[in-house]
Amino acid sequence: MLALTYHRSVPAFALVRASGGNPEVATSALSMLHLGDVPEPELPAAGWMRVMPSLSGVCGSDLAAIGGHASLYLDPLTSYPFVPGHEVVGVLEEGSRVVIEPALGCVVRGIEPLCPRCAEGRPGLCYNATEGPIEVGLQTGYCASTGGGWGEVLVAHPSQVHAVPATLSDEAAVLIEPLACCVHAALRGGAAKSDVVVVVGAGTIGLLTVAAVKMFTPPKRLIAVAKHPTQRDLAMALGADAVITPGDAFQRIRFATAARRLDGVDRSLLLGGADITFECVGRADSLSDAVRFTREGGVVVAVGMPGDERVDWAAIWQRELTVMGAYAYGSEPKRKGRRTFELALEAAPELRLERLVGPLFSLGDYRDAIAYAMSAGRLGAVKVAFDLRGLRA
Amino acid sequence: MARPGAVIEVDRNTPPVLFHYGEGVRLERLPLGSRIVYPPDPLEPIAHPERAIKRALGRPLDDDPLKSLLRRGMKLTLAFDDLSLPLPPMAAPDVRQLVMEEVVDMAAEAGVEDIHVIAALGLHRRMTADEVRHIVGDRIFSTFWPDRLYQHDGEDPDENVYIGKTAQGEEVTLNKRAAESDLVIYVNLTLVPMDGGHKSMATGLATYRGIRANHNVKTLLGSRSYMNPPDSALHHSCIRQGQLIEDTVRVFHIETTVNNHAFPAIASFMQKRETDWTAQDQAMFLAMKQMTDIAPPAFKRNIFHAMRAPYGLTSVNAGQVDAVHDKTLDAVRNQISVPVEGQTDIVTMGVPYLGPYNINAPMNPVLVVCMGAGYLFNLYRGKPVLRQGGVLIFEHPCRYEFDAVQHPSYIDFYDEVLADTTDPAEIESKYEVRFAEDPWFRQLYRKSTAYHGAHPFYAWYWAAFAMEYAGDIIVVGGERDVVHRLGFKAATTLEDALEMAEQTVGRHPSITHLRVPPIMLCDVQ
Repeated sequence: MLALTYHRSVPAFALVRASGGNPEVATSALSMLHLGDVPEPELPAAGWMRVMPSLSGVCGSDLAAIGGHASLYLDPLTSYPFVPGHEVVGVLEEGSRVVIEPALGCVVRGIEPLCPRCAEGRPGLCYNATEGPIEVGLQTGYCASTGGGWGEVLVAHPSQVHAVPATLSDEAAVLIEPLACCVHAALRGGAAKSDVVVVVGAGTIGLLTVAAVKMFTPPKRLIAVAKHPTQRDLAMALGADAVITPGDAFQRIRFATAARRLDGVDRSLLLGGADITFECVGRADSLSDAVRFTREGGVVVAVGMPGDERVDWAAIWQRELTVMGAYAYGSEPKRKGRRTFELALEAAPELRLERLVGPLFSLGDYRDAIAYAMSAGRLGAVKVAFDLRGLRA
Repeated sequence: MARPGAVIEVDRNTPPVLFHYGEGVRLERLPLGSRIVYPPDPLEPIAHPERAIKRALGRPLDDDPLKSLLRRGMKLTLAFDDLSLPLPPMAAPDVRQLVMEEVVDMAAEAGVEDIHVIAALGLHRRMTADEVRHIVGDRIFSTFWPDRLYQHDGEDPDENVYIGKTAQGEEVTLNKRAAESDLVIYVNLTLVPMDGGHKSMATGLATYRGIRANHNVKTLLGSRSYMNPPDSALHHSCIRQGQLIEDTVRVFHIETTVNNHAFPAIASFMQKRETDWTAQDQAMFLAMKQMTDIAPPAFKRNIFHAMRAPYGLTSVNAGQVDAVHDKTLDAVRNQISVPVEGQTDIVTMGVPYLGPYNINAPMNPVLVVCMGAGYLFNLYRGKPVLRQGGVLIFEHPCRYEFDAVQHPSYIDFYDEVLADTTDPAEIESKYEVRFAEDPWFRQLYRKSTAYHGAHPFYAWYWAAFAMEYAGDIIVVGGERDVVHRLGFKAATTLEDALEMAEQTVGRHPSITHLRVPPIMLCDVQ
């Protein structure tokens, strides 16, 4: 089958990283990413099924891996070579449309009894990511055994498969996985009606977090921090009460929260500030700002995938912040244990997610796709995706 | 003898006319038949200010000589106007310094020991020590600063008192030290008719609670104009408040006026009519234009804000507030009044680099509105130079540029409030109290050198009447996004603006250019 494959290569990783993630280098013959004909993944156990991806998104975590700035922490949790792509809408062999819930927890791996985290309904935190009939990996799209959305076929456990209602287009359904991440993040953050909430970053994760917070935990005021005009418009359309630029963040959040602002040597800080901040960029600058404009005793939720970023922990320490990660999805105790994917699928129609998707690229144009995705915000795009429907025809 | 103001009709021989353009200048050709209103030349100043001050204190109006009011053991408070006037700041010595030195000497002779000197800044920003020193002079500064020379704090709950309500329900508050004094001597400098009188005490030593009683949209819309006290609801309110204050504490008013010699020799061309420009003036204009066209804003600002005006004292009166202020207003009008025949379809003006609220800071967009559509538009008596529904055109770069130290609340006002609405009444009802009570703005006002949280609202309200009255307001040469945020139209050139204005006022409009500064008051007949 035709697929893009990510190979583990320290020299290639070093080269791409040295280039600063330049897309020309990151998709060159010397990079980790290669397009080619590879064997279809085998069904690992009885009950697994073949899924033919229709659309598969290019996620920030994919770009981090391809651009050489992913955290090396994830390396031992990944098996190589793998076919990337974990934001997938596809069809089963019998023709029904499905989206894939990529987390590879105990249930998917056929492990009994479930590890404590999987028993809690948190398969993204599975202790057994190295066990079972498939290779090590946290998710489909980072596991050598399962294939991924950037190939013609992947294999999935029945528990990973969610039917897509006919009313939801492929373009909207391809965002169910990131929307589920953001619903999970919103519920983790648990904003109250009296809170001022800030969502930093307005890429896919930032925008969907805005939407999820607005729908699931509507606060008193929801402020989005967005850099580009299209992002600003979408943030407002998805429910932000105000959209501000990164440069204005301290001033505008100070005003919204009636905090006090002090200007330090390197950056400002607020005395007071946002009750909850969802950090959806994952970079040092953004994280450093977030811990300075979130109020003392407040909560910072890391939603965007961070790498090895330098953040001054003094603010976290002195402000007694609760910094929590929000990774993946599962079952939501604050929603009577319902699956996050179910919540996302229910929420999706109202959000008109297709407006966030495009342009679409064929696998053969992956270099253009990656380059476009790396500059999506500047180019007015949100979710760049591969369109594999042509391969089936 | 000083030449009076004049209205000149533009003909083929009329040279291009000067427009102030923020920290820059422009020459514009106005259509034939347009009128240019020039302020009067500076009046001859009083030759011996110290003697005039002594005389005023010795022979006050409707009051006893100051000397007779001073006695050993009394509690004496001097209050003085802050640096918001005159504009530009006066070259040393400031007339307030001369007055206060005389008063302090008299108090010392009388054996008065308990003397406090308070800068009556209302909700304006605190001044730096150097700025205070510039106004009061070295002698008073070194004697009294900082324990007995300090700045009024309208947000200090322990240092202000509630006096009561006027018959109209206006609340009145006063600085506690002033309220508890045996005598308050208020030292004022009046540049325009809006200043002085009862307004000095009623706003300069008051709190937000007292000031909001008349610094509001309703009052300012009822002031036609607030530059002419008899027709000003603002002043009527201040008079009511001031009378309550005078019932509470004995106040001796000293008011001074200066001529309109606003520019030093280096910028003397700004002072003169273009027909009077010498070769040297033309060279100075060209040099300044070249410099301001290419220099970065901060560099230009430093140069402009370093200018000190060679104002000369034209009157000093002391005694009972109403008697004193009548004389003061006569002196001011004598200097700045210009008779203007009839109204006009279009009024043009250049907004200069400086207004009362941006000494040593950029004139941010809100202050541009305050200056252009507020103060300059309202410099009339009788009726506005602009006819109702006419078009006001002013030139200013209107940059998104704020001083974060002086104007923190202005930034949020621009970003948050004006993004929502530009309607003064809606702004007042939705946002004013929130800004006024914002703890950070309160702290910056009290401890830093920031304007009060409510101040940008007042700056906006000053322009409320012009915004309601004019059919359109067009800003020439301003940043388009900023001008639109202010609710106005943007034009690149004056020609474009005049063409745009015709869509509102019709073809062949009458045009009047107000050549300010120096300041003038149009007596529209």
